[in-house]
Amino acid sequence: MHPAVSVIFFTVTSGAGFGLMFLMGLGWPMPEGGAGVFIALALAGLLAVAGLMSSTFHLGHPERAWRAFSQWRSSWLSREGVLAVFTLLVFGAYAFLWFFFGLRSNALGIVMSIASVATVFATAMIYAQLKTIPMWQTWLTPACYLAFSLALGLVLAGMLSGNGLVGGLPTALWASVAIVAAWALKMMWWNRAGSIGFSTTGSSVGSATGLGKIGHVKLFERPHTGENYLTREMVHQIGRKHANKLRLIAVGLGAVMPVLLMLAAAGGVLSTLLLAVASISLLVGLFAERWLFFAEAKHAVFLYY
Amino acid sequence: MTMLPERQPGAKALGLVIDLDTCVGCHACVVNCKEWNTAGYGAPLSDTDPYGDDPSGAWLNRVHSFEVTPADAPAQIVHFPKSCLHCEDAPCVTVCPTGASYKRAEDGIVLVDEDMCIGCGLCAWACPYGAREIDPVEQVMKKCTLCVDRIYNDNIPEEDRVPACVKTCPAEARHFGDLADPESDVSKLVAERGGMDLMPEQGTKPVNKYLPPRPKATQTAPSIAPLAEPKAEGGVLGWLDRALDRL
Repeated sequence: MHPAVSVIFFTVTSGAGFGLMFLMGLGWPMPEGGAGVFIALALAGLLAVAGLMSSTFHLGHPERAWRAFSQWRSSWLSREGVLAVFTLLVFGAYAFLWFFFGLRSNALGIVMSIASVATVFATAMIYAQLKTIPMWQTWLTPACYLAFSLALGLVLAGMLSGNGLVGGLPTALWASVAIVAAWALKMMWWNRAGSIGFSTTGSSVGSATGLGKIGHVKLFERPHTGENYLTREMVHQIGRKHANKLRLIAVGLGAVMPVLLMLAAAGGVLSTLLLAVASISLLVGLFAERWLFFAEAKHAVFLYY
Repeated sequence: MTMLPERQPGAKALGLVIDLDTCVGCHACVVNCKEWNTAGYGAPLSDTDPYGDDPSGAWLNRVHSFEVTPADAPAQIVHFPKSCLHCEDAPCVTVCPTGASYKRAEDGIVLVDEDMCIGCGLCAWACPYGAREIDPVEQVMKKCTLCVDRIYNDNIPEEDRVPACVKTCPAEARHFGDLADPESDVSKLVAERGGMDLMPEQGTKPVNKYLPPRPKATQTAPSIAPLAEPKAEGGVLGWLDRALDRL
């Protein structure tokens, strides 16, 4: 599939924002004092909103984006929009009480946490629902999206709170565990993706054309000599060219680097700076991971080309 | 609404039956489809760089060509026109976030309300057949309308009230009708010729059916092997042939 930069940015950054909101709602340690609270709230809000705004950039008609809130009964994309706006409204109320009255409402917090999880889950389901793309159609897709969202949230929470303690352990340690768990899921995802082909549905050039019963079917001539929307969007090849290098970048910047930085941060020296570097590294690593999520995905239309 | 409509008893399921045996791959259906639909329903079907080095554009119907090689016979070419199959369980409809994509309850045609389409492209991702394309200029999703503006059009002669691709096909490889009615011509044709679904395993329940190529007559003519050993029978050439053989 064609890896649209706006969609990669959307899934990663909104995941980070909602991951942070999830932790806020649980009452995770956050900075004290007006300026600290403001920075924490601004970061969570900006990441989520910037991600959602970015998702409208790949639309042909962004001015009609409001219509996407209407079909939540059948469409995961619509559900994602509705849930995102609901989460942001709850977040707004939570932020208002916290910033102006110093009150972190538990009731609002729990609603915000649940809504954040639901939003990220809905984002992942936009992709995981597609039977046409067997690589995506697995419970591992939402599991990875949720795990990476949590990992990003934890690294950011650690940076904001000066590595606050939860259960006697610094946030950086929790974040390290989350990153390792997320990548374990992603390894399972990659492992499955490497061998899945079209085996989930059993589709082949033979079934796509109905000619498989006669004999071996192969494409003789494409319908047009040039590229078209379908070949550019679904039969995208260029993104896969550097797949191995991108995997190394994804794992290096998204797993090894942040975990090393956070283990150093758990020592307590310069922890805020180390966690800030770790969160940027993780973000960049996940951009590479998300690029591959799209670029390596094979669509059933591929069978006609 | 992007929920699929409840199947009403007696409702039509309009669609196409495409005969892969008679299609000659002339692309006339492709061209007439583009011609009609660039002036009819919705925004024109645009092209980018049509006379330049890298022409591209939106088409609702495309003809692929495949080579099929049976285990015990020579390869054959099958021309393969492909457009929207107006699926009963259309995945493109239910994924639409805006309600722009819909399936009509009365005749099963899958359409896009272009004024509501945000051009997110998710319906094209959900379609296994590649039947939907975003218009490069209008940035809305385009797809086969089954020429809804012809088949119900009282302003054109009755014999023209069929989709443009069907009307123009010189080989009569395309047939239009109600596939929900077992007594319709198209349904009989499907029954008689073993009409098939494309990718039935995707669970889309396509309305359009494809008629497989008829089995070719098996070739009993001798192979080209005798030509490899030519034999001159008489005359000077015959004598020369025999003489040189003996050498």
